[in-house]
Amino acid sequence: MSEEKKEYAYFLGCITPNRYPGIEVAAKKVFDKFGIVSREMEGASCCPAPGVFGSFDLYTWLPIAARNLAIAEEMGLEIYVTCNGCYGSLQEADHALKENKKLREQVNVILGKVGREYKGTTKVHHSIGLLHDQIGMDRLKEQVKKPMKGVNVAIHYGCHFLKPREVRGHGSSETPVVIEDIVAATGAKEIMYKDKLMCCGAGGGVRTADTPTALEWTRQKLVSMIEMGADCVIHPCAFCHLQLDRGQEEINKIFATTFNFPVLHVMQFVGLSMGLSAKEMALDQQFTKIPDKLIK
Amino acid sequence: MEPFVEEIIKCGGGVFGDEHMETLLECVQCGKCTGGCPSGRITALRTRKLFRMAQEGMVEEIFEAPELWYCTTCYTCYERCPKGVKCTDIIRVIRNLAAKEGHMSVPHRKIGVYALKTGHGVPIGPDQMKIRESIGLAAQPPTTQKYKEQLEEFQKICKEAGFDKLIDFDWAKMDLKEEEKKK
Repeated sequence: MSEEKKEYAYFLGCITPNRYPGIEVAAKKVFDKFGIVSREMEGASCCPAPGVFGSFDLYTWLPIAARNLAIAEEMGLEIYVTCNGCYGSLQEADHALKENKKLREQVNVILGKVGREYKGTTKVHHSIGLLHDQIGMDRLKEQVKKPMKGVNVAIHYGCHFLKPREVRGHGSSETPVVIEDIVAATGAKEIMYKDKLMCCGAGGGVRTADTPTALEWTRQKLVSMIEMGADCVIHPCAFCHLQLDRGQEEINKIFATTFNFPVLHVMQFVGLSMGLSAKEMALDQQFTKIPDKLIK
Repeated sequence: MEPFVEEIIKCGGGVFGDEHMETLLECVQCGKCTGGCPSGRITALRTRKLFRMAQEGMVEEIFEAPELWYCTTCYTCYERCPKGVKCTDIIRVIRNLAAKEGHMSVPHRKIGVYALKTGHGVPIGPDQMKIRESIGLAAQPPTTQKYKEQLEEFQKICKEAGFDKLIDFDWAKMDLKEEEKKK
């Protein structure tokens, strides 16, 4: 656990700012309430997606990720993200570059051609990691103005927040406690459901290449959550958000179903419990509707 | 050693270290990867089979197998493998080698087109700009797509790495040269 900083470089990535900007507002406003300033990273690009660009060419993936890391280094700040894909990419690239001097030199030859250098002076955090480990549950509880009493939550972790454990460092990937603690601090109740730790189905280029297959996967997960009486699903990943929210519209078309199951990023859920409105976090502009129970 | 295995170790070793990649040789076909694979429930992906084929050097069969691209990189197998095989990273490296040989789907190459045009795999559109403004954000986030010179930096890195050639990108057209790339 590192020391809490007062300022972080907020790495936006693609899906948060370009599809679900409500997540961006939620993260900035929640952290603001704890005295943490989010600085924008001018010119940051796609992370690039670890399972997509990493699958195409690791030697393209790495210098692009390193350029993003270098932007934060130039700002003298550590990074936080609101997407597991960004977390996966940037933290993994940072890890590989810190471990391997030869690789660092190779990447810096490419970065040198655009006037940048990776030095290894930043660190990559996930927003919910910061909330859990550095702000802590006691301080979160103090800020909960609208306890989520009576709300049953299905937790979905996605993949790259917990795994691989050797890089992520958030403990067990089979019995995690991070989002569970956050849910408890808001006063909500976690419900258990089949395949809680299963991926949303979108990653690794599967959604891109074969959307119906990725959606069938998501459909199965949604059914399991709904069967157990969940009021909503919360997750730490913008890409999962896209698959779970817009995915329901697509599932309804392909499978002739009528899903309308609420989807919230952990930062949006925490935001609601701290008194932020659904409107300011664009929860009213998603495909799925947020029920009164969560915003009363 | 089987030349294909050597190739996997060489390609992935540069990023992850040779030891990481050499775990492929440790696979004893126990099947724990496949038993826990969420993709395998609904697709033909059998990680165990894929690794046996790799050990045997069945290069063309692997490259032609559509299931190679059904791994979501969820790392469940990676975490559970009793022999410490770094499954997910090995799969990504095999995909890298397949892509180099022209085995890359059009939708995947198109994601690359978005990236080369905007710096983003998922770029912004007018509807999303309106949502951003409705909640007090700038219409355009301050990312690569907003600044010409920042985008050019991104494009230069991709060129240096040869990514444009990999997906057969035409800089004059700012699109794929041909939809169906020759194998």
